[in-house]
Amino acid sequence: MAGPVERALRERRDAGGKALVVYVTGGLGDDWTDTVRAVADAGADVVEIGVPFSDPVMDGPTIQAASDRALESGATPWSILDQVRDLDAGAPLAVMTYYNIAFRAGLKRFAASLADAGVSGCILPDLPLEETGPWVDAADDAGIETILLAAPTGSEERLVRICARSRGFVYGVGLLGVTGVRSELATSASVIALRLKQVTDLPVLVGVGVGTPEQAAEAASAGDGVVVGSAVVQRMLDGAGPAGVGDLVAGFRAALDAV
Amino acid sequence: MGLNDPTPEGRFGEFGGRYVPETLVPACEELEAAFRGAWADPGFRSRLDGLLADYAGRPSPMTECENLSAELGCRLLLKREDLNHTGSHKINNVLGQALLAQRMGKTRLVAETGAGQHGVATATAAALLDMECCVYMGEVDIRRQELNVFRMQLLGAEVKTAMSGSRTLKDAINEAMRDWVASVEESHYCLGSVMGPHPYPWMVRTFQEVLGREAREQSEAILGTVPDVVTACVGGGSNAIGIFSGFVDADTELVGVEPSGGAAIGRGVPGVVHGSQSYLMQDEFGHVLEAESISAGLDYPGVGPEHSHLADIGRARYENVTDAEVVEAFQLLSRSEGIIPALEPAHALAWVSRDRASLVGRSVVLNLSGRGDKDVAQMMDILGGAGT
Repeated sequence: MAGPVERALRERRDAGGKALVVYVTGGLGDDWTDTVRAVADAGADVVEIGVPFSDPVMDGPTIQAASDRALESGATPWSILDQVRDLDAGAPLAVMTYYNIAFRAGLKRFAASLADAGVSGCILPDLPLEETGPWVDAADDAGIETILLAAPTGSEERLVRICARSRGFVYGVGLLGVTGVRSELATSASVIALRLKQVTDLPVLVGVGVGTPEQAAEAASAGDGVVVGSAVVQRMLDGAGPAGVGDLVAGFRAALDAV
Repeated sequence: MGLNDPTPEGRFGEFGGRYVPETLVPACEELEAAFRGAWADPGFRSRLDGLLADYAGRPSPMTECENLSAELGCRLLLKREDLNHTGSHKINNVLGQALLAQRMGKTRLVAETGAGQHGVATATAAALLDMECCVYMGEVDIRRQELNVFRMQLLGAEVKTAMSGSRTLKDAINEAMRDWVASVEESHYCLGSVMGPHPYPWMVRTFQEVLGREAREQSEAILGTVPDVVTACVGGGSNAIGIFSGFVDADTELVGVEPSGGAAIGRGVPGVVHGSQSYLMQDEFGHVLEAESISAGLDYPGVGPEHSHLADIGRARYENVTDAEVVEAFQLLSRSEGIIPALEPAHALAWVSRDRASLVGRSVVLNLSGRGDKDVAQMMDILGGAGT
């Protein structure tokens, strides 16, 4: 049975729309939970909450800086999940963190903690398909949707296997590189979306390098929607506050609605 | 019989694996297949052996320390990796990987470096094979190893500063991996130690086994039998795994020596970072702790997965020594034998010196993994400068 993340994204697709998933760094500033609500209110279908890790190898400078700032202010996986529990965001939530955070906590305990905090999905960008076994066992038991990444370097056969094991949606990596805003959308963003659409009925969202509403509209045309991270986190780092971040997200929502 | 090969999933016992961003999985698979093919190809092996002999200067000698043996009460032999071209054992691995990268059609080498020895070796191989080279080095290490930075630049490499986190080796690895994620089609990540995702721990070990084979033969020729103890410093652990590989089937005690400020096995718990599961210095939440060592080459909170396995099964044991003990050992070898060691292997000597009572009458082979030229300026600061 599909979980809340997948249901929300299918609902958007079935209504003829393009889905928007927005990443917010957990623990960044005192009002980050207000920002999560503002992001959902502005039209995000799912909100990804980044649980900062000391060594985020898949992240570029913006999310690194946000993670460092959150960690310096004392954020921990448990303090973030405690705040998430009381959040009432109005949209399904997914956590994005790195595998050692879950491994150190104990996989069963971490999965149960996500469920207990009302989180529906989980993305671990350094846990590729072959290593997912112990984690997905724990996540499946706890009812957590494990969202897998699919990259431009993957063969067709590999994309098929990734889609078969992914839950919620499949996260197409839009370019060869780490997270961050680029001046132009890479052509690989549309290519990975099309390749994934050919092999799965799961919602296909493209992220990494999707930094402006125009790029979002372009990237979403081939797939079912986009994931936007660094552009939003940069706005948080700039001190825009929940309302300012909400305005940015509303711009992405409007661009996707026009596709 | 040497060390066992990992499982098809790249595991040594519970340790190892391939924990990388999805983008890099096909590259790791391609590298593994290319390495298996190359290692089975006599043409590749003979080209590598030729470079190791005529370019790097192998075999490296083994030196019996008459003066220091008398002082310590054991029979101390040094495997002289300090005499290799570029000044350390790192060249053994780098020549292998660079030839492999060229065979795979890659045009660019990416590397991380701590003390700069691996960066210099990679820049050297890139110059020799006419490849582009980009080396990441933490800002802190760039300051304490500026001569090696200039060496890399002389060799035509670009040196990029890692400004994140502790600004040492761990962060240089993060930056190198981020570069590789973005440049995987044309670049090979020339990892410098027996760590990272499968096949690196196994492949780097295989390239370093040459020093273990030589050391076995040389020590038996000198001693008439295998040594009682083999010891080496351990950061990621490539020089240690190289020499251990020659003695793992013998009745020889294997002792790895970590810095007390970066003792992954001594003070860590299992974790996953930089591609593999291994012992790791980390906090209660799973954040990687910053190592703190006088030696940039050992300033790393993790350790290669096979060392974690050897520790767990009890085939090797791991000691740790303080910076002060290392400074003493650095001077001890310089004065007693006329050999200025790198700070990294000075850790192994610091353990031999501290635990000399337990080594009396025994034979000890110590892997002198690098020479001390790069550390002289830092030691001059620590010891109060010239003329004192």
